[in-house]
Amino acid sequence: MMGYALRRLAGAIPTMFVIITLAFFMMRAAPGGPFDSERRLPPEIEQNLKAAYDLDKPLVRQYAIYLGKAARGDFGPSFKNKDFTVAQLIATGLPVSARLGLWAMALALLIGTTLGILAALRQNRWQDYSVMSVAMLGITIPTFVTAPLLTLAFGIYGITLFGQEFSLPVGGWNNGAWRNMVLPVTVLALPQIAIISRLMRGAMVEVLRANYIRTARAKGLPATQIVLSHALRAAALPLVSYMGPALAAVLTGSLVVEQIFGLPGIGRYFVQGALNRDYTLVMGVVICYAGLIITLNFLADMIYGILDPRVRLK
Amino acid sequence: MSALLEIANLNVHFATPDGDVHAVKNASLTIQESECLGVVGESGSGKSQLFLAAFGLLAGNGRATGSVQYRGAEILDAPTARLNTLRGSAVTMIFQDPLTSLTPHMRIGRQIMEGLMRHRHVPREAAYSRAREMLDYVRIPESARRMRQYPHELSGGMRQRVMIAMATITGPDLIIADEPTTALDVTVQAQILEILRALKNDRKTAIALVSHDMGVIAGLADRVQVMRHGEIVESGAVDDVFYAPRHDYTRMLLDSIPKAGETPAPVTAVGAPLLTVDDLQVSFPVKDVGSFGGLFGKTRSLRAVDGISFTLHQGETLGVVGESGCGKSTLARAVLQLLPKSGGRVVWLGRDLDAATQNDIRKLREDFQIVFQDPLASLDPRMPVGVSIAEPLKALEPHLPGDTVRQRVRAMMQRVGLDAAWINRYPHELSGGQNQRVGLARAMIVGPKMLVCDEAVSALDVSIQAQIVALIRDLQAETGLALIFISHDLSVVRRLSHRVMVLYLGRVVEMAPSDALYAGPRHPYTRALLSAVLSPDPRLERQRKRELLAGDLPSPLDPRAQLTFLKSRLDQPDYRPRLIEEAPGHFVAEHD
Amino acid sequence: MSVPDIAIAMPEPRGRSLWVDARRRLLRNRAAMAGIIILAAIVLLALLAPLLSPFAYDEVNYDLISCAPGWWPVEAACSAPGHIFGTDAIGRDIFVRVLYGARVSLAVGLVATVVSLVIGVLYGATAGYLGGHIDGLMMRVVDVLYSLPFIFFVIILMVVFDRNFILLFVAIGAVEWLTMARIVRGQTLSIKQKEFIEAAKAAGVGPLGIITRHVIPNVVGPVMVYVTLTVPTVILTESFLSFLGLGIQEPLTSWGVLISDGADQMETAPWMLLFPALFMAVTLFCFNFVGDGLRDTMDPKDR
Repeated sequence: MMGYALRRLAGAIPTMFVIITLAFFMMRAAPGGPFDSERRLPPEIEQNLKAAYDLDKPLVRQYAIYLGKAARGDFGPSFKNKDFTVAQLIATGLPVSARLGLWAMALALLIGTTLGILAALRQNRWQDYSVMSVAMLGITIPTFVTAPLLTLAFGIYGITLFGQEFSLPVGGWNNGAWRNMVLPVTVLALPQIAIISRLMRGAMVEVLRANYIRTARAKGLPATQIVLSHALRAAALPLVSYMGPALAAVLTGSLVVEQIFGLPGIGRYFVQGALNRDYTLVMGVVICYAGLIITLNFLADMIYGILDPRVRLK
Repeated sequence: MSALLEIANLNVHFATPDGDVHAVKNASLTIQESECLGVVGESGSGKSQLFLAAFGLLAGNGRATGSVQYRGAEILDAPTARLNTLRGSAVTMIFQDPLTSLTPHMRIGRQIMEGLMRHRHVPREAAYSRAREMLDYVRIPESARRMRQYPHELSGGMRQRVMIAMATITGPDLIIADEPTTALDVTVQAQILEILRALKNDRKTAIALVSHDMGVIAGLADRVQVMRHGEIVESGAVDDVFYAPRHDYTRMLLDSIPKAGETPAPVTAVGAPLLTVDDLQVSFPVKDVGSFGGLFGKTRSLRAVDGISFTLHQGETLGVVGESGCGKSTLARAVLQLLPKSGGRVVWLGRDLDAATQNDIRKLREDFQIVFQDPLASLDPRMPVGVSIAEPLKALEPHLPGDTVRQRVRAMMQRVGLDAAWINRYPHELSGGQNQRVGLARAMIVGPKMLVCDEAVSALDVSIQAQIVALIRDLQAETGLALIFISHDLSVVRRLSHRVMVLYLGRVVEMAPSDALYAGPRHPYTRALLSAVLSPDPRLERQRKRELLAGDLPSPLDPRAQLTFLKSRLDQPDYRPRLIEEAPGHFVAEHD
Repeated sequence: MSVPDIAIAMPEPRGRSLWVDARRRLLRNRAAMAGIIILAAIVLLALLAPLLSPFAYDEVNYDLISCAPGWWPVEAACSAPGHIFGTDAIGRDIFVRVLYGARVSLAVGLVATVVSLVIGVLYGATAGYLGGHIDGLMMRVVDVLYSLPFIFFVIILMVVFDRNFILLFVAIGAVEWLTMARIVRGQTLSIKQKEFIEAAKAAGVGPLGIITRHVIPNVVGPVMVYVTLTVPTVILTESFLSFLGLGIQEPLTSWGVLISDGADQMETAPWMLLFPALFMAVTLFCFNFVGDGLRDTMDPKDR
């Protein structure tokens, strides 16, 4: 197991490297520096400012300096929000996005796997068809459509539950109050619920056709034991492999969700930074995202190794 | 004594995209306590589906009607809860492919204990010791260590023993063994059948033995049912069915099997030497999981072929026999230049092939061709068979006009017994035997001097095997072909071969003229191999004493594996047993 | 070997190839067939867009701002009987804009998919065919790139290179090539190991012959399935970018632009959102049904 973990870790490091390099050179290759949109500055002041931002050094040296600083968590000052460093901005935004993302993933996993297993166990019957149709909806309707729809339904018009008028706030973070989280988390989770339920159903159907399930049935084991002990673990494997891409999708989705609901997460910073050409901010956020995804991929690989003995005992 | 299992008028239907398939037609049979019922039939006979249906294990699109009674109680279409009191408890099953039939992510011990704990309510510690006892009973060494292992860490034979242990631990009245030895090597098969025999004799367990192999049935069964296309065509006591078959189909089945003592008449006289292979070696690099779990593992060398030499003459058939991992297929491919070799020489018609360029070798392909084991896999599913047959002709004689090619394809198809009108058919529209004829046609169309048959009949039904073997003999007689016939099935090899070469882990352990080898094998491995061959002769099988090999085949990666039969030299781990000519033309590797 | 004289009485019957088999099963799959028909209808509408409406797609009309279509069942602030889908925030006809949006969205879908197809097939087939160390290296690169939040790089690209139209197509295509490469490489590897490839070698067929006659025809199937499933993903990606303001620019429009504009006005002018969303959802559904249907026809287990 140790060797397997080390091998996987060894793969993560070049990935981070590639990301940082790509981000850096793309940003530097872009037309327009950080001072372009402002008035023309006198040459000496421009020289000084450039020196302060290390922009007067050769490109490769800038890269090395950046790497060094990044390793210590210093991503430099934000080009646009001159009062803050990128690291500070990320520190304020990351907890918001992290809570949002984690809740969305948890919800997606819980509901998605349950629906998927249900559909697989009732294959080709009405439960299967209805789950798969709803899943299809979840995949094809973009988040920026479901968001306003749900906002209208639950936020503005409200619903009547048990005779009580019930409405959710349509925006704002409100320090993470749970009522404000309901809509954004749901919207973010919906596409992943759809994908995970389809994935789980497919995997489960495949596993239930296997010979060893037939053996388990021949041993007279009850259905619950067969599903839980024999089938589930094998069916979970494709799901575990999907965890990395799932997180990437949730992070992508958060760009939209934070925009629509006005949540102060790093997704919003990213979009603003991209539109404003705030290069350091954008790069810092990208590196942050990449780090999250790589970490999750690593964890997923570990879980995969635990679930499938053939992989670690090769 | 009332019957244990009584099946009456069982019909099984499958709803498939191509229509309804009637897999089992009105089948009726009974099994008494402690008796072994053999159910024999070729592929598509419905023999497996019969028992799967009886115990509610059919696939989703299957439906069964009729009556199945266990100890007088009707169980067909019984609710799952009731079936579960029976399945895994009084009635257990063993399946054909132990690798896919065991749960890959669950330890062996737990899989064996599961049934016991569930059905007999035995607490965990007691179940654990019972499971270890069972592992000892089926002769798996180091039972404690095995209990904690996973199925993929065990060899095929060991996995099947685990399945038997799993099936026996609850003390069942009836074990249904569905092709229990089909996926196993011949020597391992012999060991497994011994265990089944012990179960029958010592524990008085009734067994339903389903197999396509008449030899397997002959040794164990008390009564036999013969099935064909879903129907039971003959049933009776084993001696009656084997010695006095009444149905034509049974007779045909029995006739197709080469019997022990049947001497083939190899058809042609042997001519000039065509092929000389000298100390051929083929190695593959294998990543060894070293320290740090594979991060710093070394790359070891798997010696698939470890110094094999022989000569092949025109018109001669060399039979090559051995079990899995002996290197016979690798040998064939290396000789045919389909695989790179690591050492030794291959000389064709006096010409050392090392000196030949890729282009030369391509042109030489007209001289040597190959027929593969799996007829369906060796044909491109998207090409009509006529195009597949024409391919070598088009590649090696590109100047031929299209009409001539087509004519020759049609002629070849007729020669191998195919209807020339099928020239546009696709492989999935033909049966296994027909596809193999296509493979033969493709190999023969360029008029080769040598043909390699790599397990060419192993994937076919027994009746078809006989036809294809006869066809090969005819072709050889007609064209004076030299033949290298590779098989794990000794009885089939005997029908065709002038000389036989026995391989073990990449080396020759015995090579002799066919008669001499079968009449008087000298190497212990050859003797074990021959002893493991089953014949469809119940009286013979019941009396025979087997020379069993202990344990499984060692791993080819283990460098001391070569000294399995020469344990006196274990102190020299790199020593290779030499080939000694103990009688004219009869070579035997050194052994204790 | 002498060739006997064979009289041909009648032409040999054509065999039932796997394509024919697959086509037959596809025709029986009602969802997939419905999908194909609807898609064809939408494509037709998109192509004929200029002929189908009296209004130009950029024709502004400040008298009819955000007006409901004539037949709208609910009481709306203003009504525009001549516009069957209503008008948008500056009075443009939504119907014709939806059709023009169809052109752009479908075009993006097609082109970007072709881009990902070309890159993916070349990369994957090379890796699969060459095998060994080269394959290992190429796939490590894919693994590394897979961890990247690619969409972020696309966003950065769009910002950096100022929303270049061509670049949009290429960038979106570039997002999907990784999965395509994996699929093609997996297929190539599994075909390469099949016995009939060895048989072809033994028959004297050269490497080029093997690739063209054996490998490619056998790889096409699963690739086609994936291509059909890539198109909806690409269309969604484009709409995502448009929502963020990084996609198609004025005066051109796509479903993504229309939907994001419409989402803003959802409360007061729901028809602005409804019709483009409906068209896009239906199109995506159809592609998914067809792709699923194709996948089912290729599944060897059902054979």
